[in-house]
Amino acid sequence: MSVTDGPAIEVRGLVKRFGEVCALDGVDLTARQGQVLGLLGPNGAGKTTLVRVLATLLKPDAGTARVLGLDVQREASALRERIGLAGQYAAVDENLTGLENLTMVGRLYGAGRSSAKARGRELLERFDLVEAAGRPTKTYSGGMRRRLDLAAALVAKPPVLFLDEPTTGLDPRSRLGLWGVIEGLVAEGTTVLLTTQYLDEADRLADAIAVIDHGRLIAEGTSDQLKDRLGGERLEIRLDDPADLDAAVSALTPMSDELPSTEAGLVRVGVRERRGAIVEAVRRLSEAGVGVDDLTLRRPTLDDVFLALTGHAAEEAREEQERERAA
Amino acid sequence: MRRLVTDTLIIAERNLIRLPRAPELLIGFTLQPIMFVLLFRYVFGGAISTPGYSYVDFLIPGIIVQNTAFGGFATALGLNEDVRKGLIDRFRSLPMSRAAVLGGRTLSDVATNTLSITILLITGVIIGFTFHTSFAEAAAGFALLLLFGYAFSWFLAFLGLLVTSPESVNSVGFIAVFPLTFISSAFVPVASMPAGLRDFAEVNPFTYVVDAIRHLWLGAPAGSSVWGAFLWSLAIIAVFAPLAVARYRRAAGQ
Repeated sequence: MSVTDGPAIEVRGLVKRFGEVCALDGVDLTARQGQVLGLLGPNGAGKTTLVRVLATLLKPDAGTARVLGLDVQREASALRERIGLAGQYAAVDENLTGLENLTMVGRLYGAGRSSAKARGRELLERFDLVEAAGRPTKTYSGGMRRRLDLAAALVAKPPVLFLDEPTTGLDPRSRLGLWGVIEGLVAEGTTVLLTTQYLDEADRLADAIAVIDHGRLIAEGTSDQLKDRLGGERLEIRLDDPADLDAAVSALTPMSDELPSTEAGLVRVGVRERRGAIVEAVRRLSEAGVGVDDLTLRRPTLDDVFLALTGHAAEEAREEQERERAA
Repeated sequence: MRRLVTDTLIIAERNLIRLPRAPELLIGFTLQPIMFVLLFRYVFGGAISTPGYSYVDFLIPGIIVQNTAFGGFATALGLNEDVRKGLIDRFRSLPMSRAAVLGGRTLSDVATNTLSITILLITGVIIGFTFHTSFAEAAAGFALLLLFGYAFSWFLAFLGLLVTSPESVNSVGFIAVFPLTFISSAFVPVASMPAGLRDFAEVNPFTYVVDAIRHLWLGAPAGSSVWGAFLWSLAIIAVFAPLAVARYRRAAGQ
């Protein structure tokens, strides 16, 4: 079957409920071929559910989803030959070696034993796992397992790849390594749908970002477009004495079109003009008698975007509190 | 259909490769049954009266049937682990046969059961067990054991997908298997049991299978045991294979 010229991923009005919980609440999403689409959202936002629907593992309750023009429900078996899935749980068999795992997956894709083995060796080489090829994967580190999991998803050279939180739980060094691998794939033209709760990951890897929260898409665009929505530079001031917060806010408000946001001894404010902003802020604060511990001027981060869009931060710890409050 | 066969064999091969690398499983298949044979033979053996047979002749068919039932625990534990670790998701995202994961599991149990039955028979012969029948009958008994073990693997496949942790596989499995094997003709003559237990023992599939093996290996009167054991095995497959497959689809669909 020829690959269509249409979008790689096309989702319309997708709904999925688990009992009372609406995991996907009418999601529309499009990814071009060769694009890296980052699906950004906190735990429980619906990211994994969406990936599972697209990877034919889960039936949606309403709406349609097409990958490479193939309907995820009606044309599931044709689709499975064209997608790769790597998840946050590193689904490899712990008692098989790296090579045995990849060979098994290759054969389940329909390849013969020897060609599956050859493809396995090729991938082990590429993912820097040659030395560990003959060891059971239970002896692998977390980063090695993720790489093997990703290699398993690539066995059949799928044109579309789903990566569900590929670096969650990894140490910073393994994370950087995996990012490099993903960037390599993208350079070869693979379409990637990447879910993540890390803003820096979406910022670095994704061409386009879709922000999802409570099963709904709340924003879409490139990283820069999303940041532009928040306007220009942001000033972040750490106070000597957190008790001065109110005084600091009233001193800084005239510099900005918006109300400064605060958080235990920290004031954040968008400024109209980069030039002179630091000097002006220091002058206003010292006139108000507020002591400054630290002061920085920076572009808005995706974290700011996320905060502005959802009213809560993306990172996991804060999301945990969010859920406890909801429960 | 060709896909089902090749994929089933690939999964079965995967399960068998794993075996020597998980020593606790291998011990379960080899040392544990030998231990049971020796305990029953030398601790209980003198106290249990088995008219017409030496206790070791009476015991070996019973303990081998019990052990065959336990062979399916590899399926229950393995499937449970595959679901928890996300491997089932990987399999379901591949263009492979949907039934092959379960089929490959239960098939590999046939191989491990062949191994442990052989080990038990050798142990039995060393401590005095003898076949009283022809080679063909003994082989038919072996085949019946494998069929029954295969059927029981489907029951345990269902169980493994039903419960959430390997610990519960073990506890629920033991609670199901021990009464079934002990309230049967496996270790003591059914006639020696009190009335209520005896009624249960007489319809228990394990009694049918044990009696069938005693007929095929020792020449005991067959009665309805061989056909009964055969039909029970088919019935267990007919009930639990569809249940396990349905459960597999659900477990993986969450």
